[in-house]
Amino acid sequence: MISFSPSEEQQMIVTMVKQFANDEMRKIYRECDESGEIPDSVVETAWQLGLVASSMPEECGGFGGEHSAITGALIGEELAWGDLAMAMHILCPALVAYPLLEMGTDAQRKKYLPLLCGEKYKAATSALIEPHFDYDPHSLSTTARADGNDYVLNGDKCLVPLAAEADLLLIYAAADGRSQGFIVEKGAKGLEIGEREENMGIRGLATYGLNLKDCRVPRENRLGGEKAGDFDRILNCSQVGLSAMAIGVARAAFEYSRDYAKERVAFGEPIASRQAIAFMLAEMAIEIDATRLMTWEAAWKLDRKEDVTKEASLVKAYADDMVMMVTDRAVQILGGHGYIREHPVELWLRNGRGFATFDGMAMV
Amino acid sequence: MIDFEPTPEQQEDIKAAHAFARDLFRPVSRHYDEHEHDSPDELIDKMWEDRSKGTLALGLDVTAALRIEELCWGDAGLFMCVPGPGLGGAAVFASGTKEQVERFLGSFNEGGPKWGAMAMTESGCGSDTSAITTTAVRDGDHWVLNGEKIFVTWGKRAAENQDSLVVVWATVDKSAGRAGMKSFVVPAGTPGMRVEKLEKKMGIRASDTATLVFDDCRIPFENILGSPEVRKVDKSQTKGFKGAMATFDATRPIVGAMALGVGRAALDFVREALEKEGIKIRYGLRKQKLSALERDLMEMEANYKAARLLTLRALWMMSQLQPNNLESSMAKAKAGLAVTRITQKAVEIMGPLGYSRKHLLEKWMRDAKINDIFEGTGQINMLIVARRVLDFSRDQLK
Repeated sequence: MISFSPSEEQQMIVTMVKQFANDEMRKIYRECDESGEIPDSVVETAWQLGLVASSMPEECGGFGGEHSAITGALIGEELAWGDLAMAMHILCPALVAYPLLEMGTDAQRKKYLPLLCGEKYKAATSALIEPHFDYDPHSLSTTARADGNDYVLNGDKCLVPLAAEADLLLIYAAADGRSQGFIVEKGAKGLEIGEREENMGIRGLATYGLNLKDCRVPRENRLGGEKAGDFDRILNCSQVGLSAMAIGVARAAFEYSRDYAKERVAFGEPIASRQAIAFMLAEMAIEIDATRLMTWEAAWKLDRKEDVTKEASLVKAYADDMVMMVTDRAVQILGGHGYIREHPVELWLRNGRGFATFDGMAMV
Repeated sequence: MIDFEPTPEQQEDIKAAHAFARDLFRPVSRHYDEHEHDSPDELIDKMWEDRSKGTLALGLDVTAALRIEELCWGDAGLFMCVPGPGLGGAAVFASGTKEQVERFLGSFNEGGPKWGAMAMTESGCGSDTSAITTTAVRDGDHWVLNGEKIFVTWGKRAAENQDSLVVVWATVDKSAGRAGMKSFVVPAGTPGMRVEKLEKKMGIRASDTATLVFDDCRIPFENILGSPEVRKVDKSQTKGFKGAMATFDATRPIVGAMALGVGRAALDFVREALEKEGIKIRYGLRKQKLSALERDLMEMEANYKAARLLTLRALWMMSQLQPNNLESSMAKAKAGLAVTRITQKAVEIMGPLGYSRKHLLEKWMRDAKINDIFEGTGQINMLIVARRVLDFSRDQLK
């Protein structure tokens, strides 16, 4: 039966995450953007909410809840509303945990999932994006060649969050003509982590380029083992996760510019009393809601284990455009003030532009 | 629990409505487009018969929206000939007493085909519905109506077919503004009500759009919907006007559903034409790898989806008894504009195939445009959304 109401449990999670985003993230997001640092204490507080562990099985150290892409989308929106860089940092372990949970072999799940369900936050990450403008996730330049009992990885990656501190990396490479994931442990020979990257936005999040030079991983470290994981599904989960985060960023910008427009007086009345401003806000509100509903629909299909390639790519493209439209207008509504770093809207615009690039950097 | 799956019954309803549209609307679609004021009498009898079987028993809920999308996929103009209480009925439901609902709609399904029209727009006022000049003057046990209404959807059918009705908006006291605005039920055939003209339109030509003239038209006193009193002091008590606006909360997403049907017809046409040429849309690729054609089509599909989900949400909220004024207008604004653009783009993509009257695509583009105009233009709905999200009154945001 068609329904648009999250379950009671989901509503409780949303309330909890909303409060965290408001009380913790919103207090320090500007500092994080300026300094490029996210305090461990915030990440630790977030980890205590159990956002990842709650959907992991008990035998792997989790709380045994059911994993749900819809719940993931709800969480992603709220955290990104707080701050996108922090949201990506906090949820970084999920980039490895969720694909392992769904597609890992028993041995892989047993060996690695408990590391991602510990009492303390432990960084784990994945590397998909490559440093070319027309890189193609379906035909990666990074290669994995079978050699005896190993795979040998070669290539370059970029925008790998927390690569320097991560204990586990899920690296995507082309093998047998398709993209597959390989679990690489910290310090593996031939894995070289580059300098920290400087990006236009999400500056609080430490991202790195990395180089693989004849990096050997055992055969059993291919995600999913002999069967190999379903890469398209991983990509779809990522697109849904990113769409949800785009909604969070857009909602933050919408709310801020709406409140500003009601306060700011020009020619004797609040600028929100002018249709030129009010209609911008109306369209922002409509597109945010529309994107959310499309994201939920794609997540719902993911939870039913259906092929969601069409829905996920439609909503991701839509969300990329939506978050740009909304954050750009938020800056526009604030005018000159929007351009000044005392207000957050310029930060949201910089973060918003990244979504078209952030493939694989979120997961539901 | 978030869920996007229609119930098994709804899925059956969708199938039945689709078959009806495909088998009965599509074959005569072009004929009634080219013979504007011909009445599809046989089809109407068939529709009336089907109403009792259920296919065309349309309410104002999610199920209705799912069916209406299918019917308008067939033909939006012919859909608007479907007999039933319609917009007039919706107004009676929204503002009438129990007794009035029973009296006007109780036996609506019996006998021959009937329609319920809503007469609001006048030549001097469209979106500004509170500026109407049609008057209702009390004369003992009667009201006497005088004025002229234009753009009355299925107005001719409602004014002339036995036991049909027209809900007319008129002022009982011009000096009271909104508070003086009331609605009245005028039964078909009431002396003093006449059809002055049938419009010639860009699209939805199968649907009649009439000018109705009220010339000392007398109706019983009990035909007023809501209270006859004019309360000038308390602005929040402008119930008549609010009744009209509450009706829109229900009907706007329904118009959204109509729009969706037309938009999907165009999308299906383009997709099938491309498939014949061996062109498949490659979902899942990065934008940089897509052709311009694929980008266009994906954008059209996404916009259709966006409008569809907003529409279903607005109606779902109504079924949950949640206020949906904001969401209704969001759905209508988005759907009207989305299908206008989808159909226009579809004609562009199809080139000479799109422009030719050999195919129905050009007709759908003409049909689609009305959805951005009636039941509140796109701009009026944006205004409502803006007021809602800003929490501004009509004085704060004009």
